[in-house]
Amino acid sequence: MGTIVECNGVSKSYRQGKLVVPALAEIDLCVEAGGFMALAGPSGSGKTTLLNLIGGLDDADSGTIRVDGREYARQSKAQLADLRLHRIGFVFQAYNLIPVLSALENVEYVMLLQGVAARERRRRAREVLAVVGLEGMAHRRPAELSGGQQQRVAVARAIVSNPSIVLADEPTANLDSKTGEGLLHLMQRMNSDRGVTFIFSTHDEMVMAYARRIVQIRDGRIADDLHKASEHR
Amino acid sequence: MIGNLDVVTMELQLAWRNIWRNPRRTAVILTAVIIGVWSMVGLGALMRGILIGMIQNNIDTLTGHIQIHQQAYPDDPAIEHSISDPETWMSAARDALPAGSRWSQRIRIGAVVSNARHTRGAILMGIDPAAEARLSFIGTAVTEGAYLADGDTGGILIGRALAQQFDTRLGRKLILTAQDSDGEIVSRAFRIRGIYQAEMADTEKGFLFVNRQSAQQLLKLGNRISEIAIRLPAHEMAVPVANDLKARLAGSPLRVRAWPEILPLLKAYVEMFDTFILIWFIVVFVAMGFGILNTTLMAVFERMREFGVLKALGMRPGRIVRGVLLETLLMLVLGIGAGNLLGLATCWGLSITGIDLSAMAEGVAYAGMARIITPVVWIRDLLRANLVVLLLGLLVCLYPAIKAARMTPVAAMRHH
Repeated sequence: MGTIVECNGVSKSYRQGKLVVPALAEIDLCVEAGGFMALAGPSGSGKTTLLNLIGGLDDADSGTIRVDGREYARQSKAQLADLRLHRIGFVFQAYNLIPVLSALENVEYVMLLQGVAARERRRRAREVLAVVGLEGMAHRRPAELSGGQQQRVAVARAIVSNPSIVLADEPTANLDSKTGEGLLHLMQRMNSDRGVTFIFSTHDEMVMAYARRIVQIRDGRIADDLHKASEHR
Repeated sequence: MIGNLDVVTMELQLAWRNIWRNPRRTAVILTAVIIGVWSMVGLGALMRGILIGMIQNNIDTLTGHIQIHQQAYPDDPAIEHSISDPETWMSAARDALPAGSRWSQRIRIGAVVSNARHTRGAILMGIDPAAEARLSFIGTAVTEGAYLADGDTGGILIGRALAQQFDTRLGRKLILTAQDSDGEIVSRAFRIRGIYQAEMADTEKGFLFVNRQSAQQLLKLGNRISEIAIRLPAHEMAVPVANDLKARLAGSPLRVRAWPEILPLLKAYVEMFDTFILIWFIVVFVAMGFGILNTTLMAVFERMREFGVLKALGMRPGRIVRGVLLETLLMLVLGIGAGNLLGLATCWGLSITGIDLSAMAEGVAYAGMARIITPVVWIRDLLRANLVVLLLGLLVCLYPAIKAARMTPVAAMRHH
């Protein structure tokens, strides 16, 4: 397997008024394609910032980020948008579904942006909703779904366009442990069946137990990088 | 090109649902747009009605749509600048006139009118009573006595204001004095057959009507006349028909003028009104535009996190701008549609009886306006009002749309 994510000397800081708060310092990280990796660490350690930078949602102050062979610094905003659209899937802590669209339409929307034909779009959206166990709820809007169901729709949305990589920011943080575990099973199945690379941020021990690799982030630096020998369960 | 229509349909669907996320806010902005467009259409039509009334008034008051004179007459309306052999010219010009056109030959010359006590200057109009009645106001303006009959060589029509000034009445005589074609001063008595009422007192004092033959005899004109007045089926035809007549009569000793050339002040007034209507549209829009901008800004800021998510999913900035503008477009189209319907219904209601300004008759007459104003809807005004709202509405919404599109996904998702 080749490298899908490559970060070299990545730093990022934020301004809070006149104060400059460092978030990441000199991060070097390589992620193999097909990996199932957790970015672990306490709140404020910089794991979400790193995830955002890998996803091209924010600009690094220094260093280079290369995803799927493309260096972000050399991409225009439109090219970055296209990269996210075709190669990267996102799952957010707060689900972030579009409230005026049904579950099916939320999943379809990414394919609409990709220019997939309507019939194909609908077929694939139904198929992936069935995979996440929501075939009976396709026409419900987010407000009519539980947190776990919404997060499943978010996962379906993230994987429907067959991305190379899915970035999940604390995907189970708003879910009860049973629902969270179900979601992790789902993500693990996507990883093994479809070969999708998963990188998720978490500070939950249970979530970390599922990861094959755990990168510990502390104070904006990589504190530990643990490769497990065998897969969980 | 895959499913362009399909993409537009889904984007329209999304925009439609988005504008009804906050029904109260949408209702407020729709109300503002509806009232704005209604006032643009309604007041625009009223202003247009006033303007058309003014043109109509002036056309009726002996101007007609087109006048033909001897070349020098407009600059020096003296008796020697008369048209010889008018029938020949009229037959040459007749083919250029559209169906429904009416025309009349006139003598129009400066004269002095007097009775035992009073004397004043006036315009002597020698008319063909039957033809003139179909052309100008005089046919229906006689309120006392009778209109001139063909062959009544001794009768005269005078205005009510002149009758009051001269302290005279029906059946009395007036003396007309003028210079004949030989340069001699000639006079003749005419008996008052009718007293007419016009929109303006100056018209009533200034114009005296006698049979054309009587005037030609008095002034020793033979078959010569001062002018040919033409009335067309519509005001808009005046300039093109006049141009056609000019081409046909090129090389003749005649000068053809359409009403904008005859009445330059009215023409300037028409142009000023056009500008005034556009300014009115823009003033209304400015008031409405702040509301639209404010609502769109609120809607965009409220959903900034969502825009961040869409960008994270791979939506290009241009598409976000398009989405926000599409929502604005839908709101504007709804508001404009309803505003137009309301405005047109109001115009229709007012046009049944018109707005009667008789109570201010002197004032409106002085301004050259008709006593009853009827709204007139011009498609051009309607399009202009709608375009002002639509284009400027979209323009003011560009700011919030661009603001939403320019943020990085992370900044947008963190926006509060």
